[in-house]
Amino acid sequence: MSTVTIAATDVELGPDGFFVDPGQWTEAMVPDLARREGIDDLNDLQRKVILFMRDEYLAKGTGPTVRLLGKTSGVSVKELYQLFPKGPAKIAAKIAGIPKPRGCI
Amino acid sequence: MTTTIVILGGGTGGTLTANRLRKVLPVHDVRITVVDRDDRHVYQPGLLFVPFGLTHPEDIVRPRGRQLRRGIEFRESAVERVDIAAHEVHLDDGSVLGYDVLVVASGAVLVPEETPGLTGAGWMEKVFTFYTPEGAGALEGALATFDGGRVVVNVVDLPIKCPVAPLEFCFLADWYFIERGIRDRVELSYVTPLDAAFTRPVASQRLAGMLAAKNINLITEFNTGEVDAEGGRLVSYDARELPFDLAVVVPVHGGAPYVGRSPGLGDALGFVPTDEHTLQAKVSPDIFVIGDAANVPASKAGSVTHFEGETLVENVRRHLAGEPLIEGFDGHANCFIETGFGKALLIDFNYDTEPLPGHYPTRVGLPLLAESRLNHLGKLMFQSFYWHSLLPGRDIPGIGSEMPTAGKQLTSAALPTGEQP
Repeated sequence: MSTVTIAATDVELGPDGFFVDPGQWTEAMVPDLARREGIDDLNDLQRKVILFMRDEYLAKGTGPTVRLLGKTSGVSVKELYQLFPKGPAKIAAKIAGIPKPRGCI
Repeated sequence: MTTTIVILGGGTGGTLTANRLRKVLPVHDVRITVVDRDDRHVYQPGLLFVPFGLTHPEDIVRPRGRQLRRGIEFRESAVERVDIAAHEVHLDDGSVLGYDVLVVASGAVLVPEETPGLTGAGWMEKVFTFYTPEGAGALEGALATFDGGRVVVNVVDLPIKCPVAPLEFCFLADWYFIERGIRDRVELSYVTPLDAAFTRPVASQRLAGMLAAKNINLITEFNTGEVDAEGGRLVSYDARELPFDLAVVVPVHGGAPYVGRSPGLGDALGFVPTDEHTLQAKVSPDIFVIGDAANVPASKAGSVTHFEGETLVENVRRHLAGEPLIEGFDGHANCFIETGFGKALLIDFNYDTEPLPGHYPTRVGLPLLAESRLNHLGKLMFQSFYWHSLLPGRDIPGIGSEMPTAGKQLTSAALPTGEQP
């Protein structure tokens, strides 16, 4: 666990870079968090996916997997990989300040 | 007045639920009907052995109706949809079944069509799955004539039934090719969308070590976007390519098709949102869910279904009696992992505790996370246990539904926050 400063606020990140306490996240942190994942200028569609992840997490208690995201976000899996080449569910979850999607057991 | 319980699915969950309910609820007061689209009950753990000629499809299939106790009606028909508000199940044959309590036990289905190219040219010729009797049988033929090349074993996405089965397939393939004397001509790769060999850290490490020791490549974070059988390659969404001469693919899974046709019943994948401890559906107090059909964060495995049975049956009984439900299910899973050469590992875990070394069920018992001949024998004996004890709903002395901790090497890191070993 490490403490990092995002948008002038200290937050706790787990060993794999996901938020330990999703309650510490604010939307103002999104540009900073995106930069940490190598995305300098977030476009509207990327932002839409990130906020969708956040909403799904708040509604269901776990973030969606890529496949579920492709079925429910209105963005196809192929496009999701164009938006987040390093893994849509993982990267978008980190920027959305939610735990690692646990769909996989 | 007669109470009617309708159970959708006559597989592991539906059968053991029906048989256990029949034992605890009086025949003259409660009608129990099991519905399934066919009368073929497949012992699914046996599918793994078919491609290697160790068992045959006809030896792992029995009639569904014959596994049900007296006093349970069996209806052979596909389900069209469930009308939750009207408490009705509409069957494909046009009839309508009213219910007081509905038990969804219709499992998970394979959806190979969802992966571009998977069911195209080469499907069942060069690209196979062993997750169906037909696929496993066809793969047996292909393996028997395979004389060398690249074999990939690919999990497209989770959740899948029995998440350890593709790993077991790799271990058995290694053994099979050694037995045939051609192992040095086969490059074997395990290709997974996960970032490790398995979902939980301790078991992942152990299993990755075993793959390496058997010279099986482990390729992680590979999200298959296309299967190109003619070109002999898997293509990931991030444009990585893996060449193959023979591909063994575990397709993505979804819930039974009727779930998607029943407004409000399922999620986007067709699994039914379910309370992970009471097994009551979130959409209606009169619907309960067991096994692979539920969206609970447990493995889709027969052992999970078996351990759920006790809680589910007790909660159906309590619901009918107007009593509060028990939060009885802890996510307990218990899986033998066949590793070849007459040996197997055993893993035992639940929602909160990952698979750990030690012994099961107590300090004296089967070794956990360690290869042994005893575990292999356990796996073989399980088939008989399945038909004669598990499905009829008989309790086994010493084996409870809750995950035992007595024999496990618990560390504070492996326990839920706040608990000490």
